[in-house]
Amino acid sequence: MTYQAASGPVEALAGISASIGAGEFVSLVGPSGCGKSTLLRIVAGLRPATRGTITVAGRRVTQPIPDIGMVFQAPILLKWRSILENVLLPAELAGKDPAKLRPRAEQLLEMAGLAGFGPKLPRELSGGMQQRAALCRALLLDPPLLLMDEPFGALDAMTRDDMALELLRIWGEKDLAREARKTVLFVTHSIPEAVFLSDRVIVMSARPGRIAADLAIDLPRPRTVELRATEAFGKLNLELFRALTGKTSMGTAL
Amino acid sequence: MKKFGAISRQYWPTLLLFAFLLASWQAAVTFGNIREYLLPAPLSVWNALWHGDTAWAGHLWTTTLEIIGAFLMAAVVGVALGVAIAWSPVLANALVPFLVFVNTLPKVAIAPLFLIWMGYGIFPNMLMGALIGFFPVVINTAVGLSQVEPDMLDLGRVFNAPKWKIFVKIRIPNALPYILSALKITATAAVVGAIVGEFVASQRGLGYVIVTTQSSMNTSVAFAALVWISVVGLVLYGAVVLLAHLWAPWAEGVD
Ligand SMILES: Nc1ncnc2c1ncn2[C@@H]1O[C@H](COP(=O)(O)OP(=O)(O)O)[C@@H](O)[C@H]1O
Ligand SMILES: [Mg+2]
Repeated sequence: MTYQAASGPVEALAGISASIGAGEFVSLVGPSGCGKSTLLRIVAGLRPATRGTITVAGRRVTQPIPDIGMVFQAPILLKWRSILENVLLPAELAGKDPAKLRPRAEQLLEMAGLAGFGPKLPRELSGGMQQRAALCRALLLDPPLLLMDEPFGALDAMTRDDMALELLRIWGEKDLAREARKTVLFVTHSIPEAVFLSDRVIVMSARPGRIAADLAIDLPRPRTVELRATEAFGKLNLELFRALTGKTSMGTAL
Repeated sequence: MKKFGAISRQYWPTLLLFAFLLASWQAAVTFGNIREYLLPAPLSVWNALWHGDTAWAGHLWTTTLEIIGAFLMAAVVGVALGVAIAWSPVLANALVPFLVFVNTLPKVAIAPLFLIWMGYGIFPNMLMGALIGFFPVVINTAVGLSQVEPDMLDLGRVFNAPKWKIFVKIRIPNALPYILSALKITATAAVVGAIVGEFVASQRGLGYVIVTTQSSMNTSVAFAALVWISVVGLVLYGAVVLLAHLWAPWAEGVD
């Protein structure tokens, strides 16, 4: 994928090839500017790939596809709409009757711990709560594919760890069979976050982004807070760190 | 909205200063032997306002009509042009240089032409006010419509939302605080335009009153007219502020 910028072409991605199984939680880690956001937008059909093809659910992506939910680094809620109206926005944009989806929106808010916040304006909620509302918005039309671009990047470390657990719960790691879960492509620059959440972590190298490693995370689900303290968790972190930096020890990086 | 008590606490220094200035003015005129036609005392202005033989109601009505007409024209035309510019790059390319040119003209200099083209009446004076006040509305509308987060627009594209829907649901509400903020400038400009129009050509109105007092040296009446003009201006400005409070409460404290 090559951008035509004012200063000349920018080759953002090169030779990316990967396939993601249905119901799989895949994280994408890589240095800033390596093309993670670009890749996500190409998958969504929001940017055309200069070369190559993307296939989602057996169909080739050439234009924006409606069966995805997107969550960005900022919640980007509409300031003038209540939380509930914000969650219902996809229905309106997609030409569906928002009144019919209202019960689902309320149910999603409740699941995200935002029961009672529906009538509030976004500015009345904390950053973490706003991001949870954005997640509800992404889930409203029940898309089989969830694309998340550093969704917790703007949150403080503690809220971030909470949100990771919440996300797994909402994703249905406990209650749903693997096939019934959504496929998630999750961009982050936090290695522990990627390990904690994912079935698989794809590591990208600096620009033009290429796949540097593709690592299965076979840690048991449901994931728990205690998992973070285990040796297996630490080992995977180290392995990913090496793949990401090409260094052999964490100490030399500091 | 602040409580009355809080407002009076915040503004009592203003009131005090105002009262002090009025008192000093009155004292200066009374004891300083300043001639009435140069600077009338506040009390004579007061007399001109309430006991003089100027028929204020008619003049006030004319000027108020002109100002409101000018304001509404500027608002409607300004928003329409702003939407056109934001809607289509072709329209933007066609309109923007032309509008910038119109805006660089000294509008006051066109007023005599309006007299030639349209004669006496309130319409040319409305038009003058609209001409002075519409440009900020165009710019702020266009800017407000385009200052939408790219991620939000991507969200719209994911759901294949038609362009008009993005305008109605996202861009226009987003532009509302920008538009209302421009309308505060327009409220002031409409007053200037209406008065300038009356200076050049009129038989009624507060601007007309001011011009006629020049020949009669009846300066206190001119001051009284100024008082009325500022009352109308303040009320219009206040109405826009109130509108902003009602229509775009989420943008409170932005400007
Ligand atoms: N619209 C654009 N025009 C030109 N270059 C771009 C554009 N968007 C991103 N890029 C460039 O493409 C590269 C990848 O960007 P991005 O996908 O945002 O990376 P990441 O999300 O991994 O930080 C960066 O070098 C960036 O400068
Ligand atoms: Mg990015």
